[in-house]
Amino acid sequence: MKRLFGYLKHHKLITVLAPLFKCLEACFELFVPLVIAGMIDRGIRRGNISYVLRMGGVLLLLALIGLSCSLFAQYFSAKAAAYVGQNLRNDLFCHIHSLGYPEIDALGSSTLITRMSSDINQIEAGVNMVLRLFMRSPFIVFGAWIMAFRISLRAALVFTAAIPLLSLVVFGILLLTMPRYRAVQRQLDRIMKSTRENLLGARVIRAFNREESEEKDFQRENDLLTEMQVQVGRISALLNPVTLTLIDLAVACLLYLGARLVNRGELFQGDIVALTNYMSQILAELIKLANLIILMSRAYASLGRVNEIFLQPSENEGYSEEEGQLLLKEKRGKEEELLKRLRKDEVFLAFHRVSFRYSKEAENVLTEISLEIKKGETIGIIGGTGAGKSSLVNLIPRFYDVSSGFIALLGRDIREIPLEELRLRIGVVPQRSVLFSGTLRENMCWGKKDATDEEIREALRIAQALPFVEEKGEGLSLLIEQEGRNLSGGQRQRLCIARALLRRPEILILDDSASALDFATDAALRSALREYSKDSAVFLISQRVASVRNSDRILVLEDGHMAGLGKHDLLFRESPVYREICLSQLSREEAEE
Amino acid sequence: MARQKIRKLNQEDKKTLLRVLRYIRQYRHLVLLSLLLSALSVVMSLYIPVLIGRAVDRMVGKGEVDFRALFGILRLMLFFIFASALSQWLMNHINNIVSYHVVEDIRTKLFSRIQCLPLSYLDSHPAGDTVSRVITDIDQFSQGLLLGFSQLFTGLLTILETLIFLFFIDIRIALLVVFLTPLSFLAASFIAKSSYRLFRHQSELRGEITAYTNEMLGNLKVVKAFSRERESTERFSEINQKLSGYSMRATFFSSLVNPATRFINALVYALVGMTGAVFSIQGTLTVGELSAALSYATQYTKPFNDITAVITELQNALASASRVFELMDEPGILPDPKDAEQLPEARGEVGISHVFFSYDKTKTLLQDLTVRIKPGETAAIVGPTGCGKSTLINLLMRFYEVDRGSIEVDRRDIRHITRESLRNNFGMVLQETWLKSASIRDNIAYGKKDASEEEIIEAAKKAHCDSFIRKMEKGYDTVLGEDGGSLSQGQKQLLCIARLMLRLPPMLILDEATSSIDTRTELHIQHAFDRMMQGRTAFIVAHRLSTIRNADLILVMKEGNIIEKGRHEELLQKGGFYKKLYESQFDS
Repeated sequence: MKRLFGYLKHHKLITVLAPLFKCLEACFELFVPLVIAGMIDRGIRRGNISYVLRMGGVLLLLALIGLSCSLFAQYFSAKAAAYVGQNLRNDLFCHIHSLGYPEIDALGSSTLITRMSSDINQIEAGVNMVLRLFMRSPFIVFGAWIMAFRISLRAALVFTAAIPLLSLVVFGILLLTMPRYRAVQRQLDRIMKSTRENLLGARVIRAFNREESEEKDFQRENDLLTEMQVQVGRISALLNPVTLTLIDLAVACLLYLGARLVNRGELFQGDIVALTNYMSQILAELIKLANLIILMSRAYASLGRVNEIFLQPSENEGYSEEEGQLLLKEKRGKEEELLKRLRKDEVFLAFHRVSFRYSKEAENVLTEISLEIKKGETIGIIGGTGAGKSSLVNLIPRFYDVSSGFIALLGRDIREIPLEELRLRIGVVPQRSVLFSGTLRENMCWGKKDATDEEIREALRIAQALPFVEEKGEGLSLLIEQEGRNLSGGQRQRLCIARALLRRPEILILDDSASALDFATDAALRSALREYSKDSAVFLISQRVASVRNSDRILVLEDGHMAGLGKHDLLFRESPVYREICLSQLSREEAEE
Repeated sequence: MARQKIRKLNQEDKKTLLRVLRYIRQYRHLVLLSLLLSALSVVMSLYIPVLIGRAVDRMVGKGEVDFRALFGILRLMLFFIFASALSQWLMNHINNIVSYHVVEDIRTKLFSRIQCLPLSYLDSHPAGDTVSRVITDIDQFSQGLLLGFSQLFTGLLTILETLIFLFFIDIRIALLVVFLTPLSFLAASFIAKSSYRLFRHQSELRGEITAYTNEMLGNLKVVKAFSRERESTERFSEINQKLSGYSMRATFFSSLVNPATRFINALVYALVGMTGAVFSIQGTLTVGELSAALSYATQYTKPFNDITAVITELQNALASASRVFELMDEPGILPDPKDAEQLPEARGEVGISHVFFSYDKTKTLLQDLTVRIKPGETAAIVGPTGCGKSTLINLLMRFYEVDRGSIEVDRRDIRHITRESLRNNFGMVLQETWLKSASIRDNIAYGKKDASEEEIIEAAKKAHCDSFIRKMEKGYDTVLGEDGGSLSQGQKQLLCIARLMLRLPPMLILDEATSSIDTRTELHIQHAFDRMMQGRTAFIVAHRLSTIRNADLILVMKEGNIIEKGRHEELLQKGGFYKKLYESQFDS
């Protein structure tokens, strides 16, 4: 809410003017029955045609003024809503980009996307409608009530009774149905999910001959939905008849009461007509208000969901502030000495007793990893699923921060290095090869903003991507579809590698990124890489022994612990875990070769 | 939204409409009743202004109120009020019942239709599209067609009724109203036409911004890994800026419709009031009649607005209905022939002879494929991607039918065996792990509904998933989310293996069944697999050559043909394609 008001504050004038003009319009609408009453009581009763025509003119004038007021109001509220939408969208998009990996994991991208699109649209529509209607409807209801008082104190009593009663019915039904409609929506979501699931699992379902039982399950959910819908429908079907009945009953009361007053000479015919008119105005506005409230509650829920994202903390922008530095020093304690040594010995990258877990409650994913890496060294990382291979390399660009211990680049704790500076030194090839819609050149420029065509070609060549790019015959202008759908898995992987190579990173991370390549291409890639990365530290994660066996050193991980570090031959002899992995893929002779 | 030009119903639409009516047929009594009730409620509620007018006429001035006549009118009014409210409520209720049940009927029918669609359809159509037909389109169509019809009916009736009443009150005023109301349509359609372009721009930009958001947020980690946050947000705010401009104008223009029609309404109201008052002075109209005429004048335009809205909705609904029927009309798989036999428990001999098959009939895939596998043998299929490995499995399970040639199990053509009994003889683990969003227990027992607790745990142990299942908070009762929820790909694959372990048919198909499991766990499972495969015919597809070394028969496929077959050692000795494949694995 606060955020919303913050945006509106910048456009104070239109935010205030929109409802104000709406109320003005309503004011003019409220005069109409009075004018009609005048027409009847003064014009018709006294046979004054010119008065009637004058009043007719007044009615037309009121309509015209009302129209122009509402034009202003619509314009202002549309503007305010568009403004809020635009700002909210920008800010949220920006904020989402500042989230760290842990937050992204927790929220999931589909949540982020719906918050960005449908939730914000909902809020925009909500702001628009609120500015237009939220003041107008109550204004008319109370205005009509006050007008009734002006006509006759006694007759106004009917209004005094009818308004709360009507509100009670309208909002009571609203209150009863809203949670039920939400439940219906949830049930519909379930049905949607089970339909999708059924489609995706068609092979398994048919293989197990479960079509009929799936149909039965579906039928059951579907029955439940219908039942829920009919139930809530029964309540909401009451809205129109009950409110109409109430209004008509109130009119009947007015007629009876009015008749007595007329008989006593306290009221005229025209007054009665005006009173009945006010009564029907009230009904129309209350129904509008009820619809508005539904819309508002949706917009409010959306606002809550959007705020949830805003509340997520941004990524730790290094510990650049002094306090943070102090804290960091304290945390490292005696290890300052170690950093000094690292600086002196020019150790390129060092892991010192690094442990990591994804959340405080979770178990360690990595435990006490220590490792020092020189420039130009290639470290192969191998281990089973869930051994912590990806987690380990994700710590280097600070996608996640260590839970204890530290990582130092040239003797500097990486938490002291500004994030952007750190990440520009690192080239990452993620497990899932992601490309973006655009030309090949644009995609490559992700790695280096001002890359020349020469540089790009060179990177493509090393990544073994040049042959197929040339085969396509469009050069660097090759159009890549969203997610790189027009390329095969292996082609995508090679382009991702080229993209990371372009910036000539000091640290290159290949996270199982050659898995879709056939063995020959994989081998060619590795030997080209060796040439290219003489000055970089390379981390090579793989499940294949063949891919890592020629690394300078191999780090074997098991359950987040180091289960060996060294060359292939040494590890094969001394690390039981590594030996077992080797033998599961190669024959003994091959492994010992 | 923008009211597009109302187009005429064409032949296609009429056909769709007729089909919809067929679904409503079984509810025809209810529909008739609803129409009757709606007519009743319209007539009665419209009569009330006339009664009010008459009542007003009974109170001319001081001492001139005819109370007896007034009470008579009020009594009649009360009766009409309650009767019309009751019939309106009943009508609403009946409409709900009919429309929700029609939706349910169609949805259930569509779902069972999907169960007999050939896999070629499911493979070539995105699931999202089919889902939206089953969910959104059916909803749209019930909203539009059923509720739309009832609104249309009530609206038309109201207009007719109002006109009749107006003509009874005063022909001159009635004519005035009839000639002035088209103005409001003109205004509305003028606004719609001029804002149409804006709306198109707005929806185009919305599409653009959604696509961009999807791409960037879907791959946020990559954006961050390359420190592209600034570029990404800059580009976003550019599109956003454009969108905001259009959406402001689009919202503004569309919000003009209401004030404009309201204005014209007020115009009609003023004119009716003025002329009515003049007639009244001339003595041709009573004050009560004037008040009734005035309230008709305000009500008269409302149903017109409703009807225009309903007609656009009807058109959308027809479009949705035709999408629904399109899916319904998709040709299903051929039913099993009447004389199809049951295959109780196969020995497991599989013969593939002269099979031709391709997905896309303009390209060739399997060509003249002939293989014979003896009972209990393990056949491994290897080859580069796209060579037709998985295709063979599609044919064995009859997910697809061969184009030419035949496949035999126990020397019987599989087309002469019921699909159910054929599939009962095959157990299958695929690379894409599919689990139902149900408890782990239900998932393991998916192939054997009446499995005992012991059997389930036994199967889980064999597949090495008992330990991780027990580590979960609710153990075997853990309910999996969509697509296996938080399980890792490897864990999902293990569960799929457990599912197979519980129900071991005579023939097995393992299509990259262990691709996401690390090699050490795989090694452990391999023992279980070996035991499982004893005495069973098995087809294994794998790209890890180490997993297929022990097969009785290795089929090397390339471009849809088997180019080599034999045992591992034989093939290595032969020095052909297999040897090349095998060696590239260890070349470094």
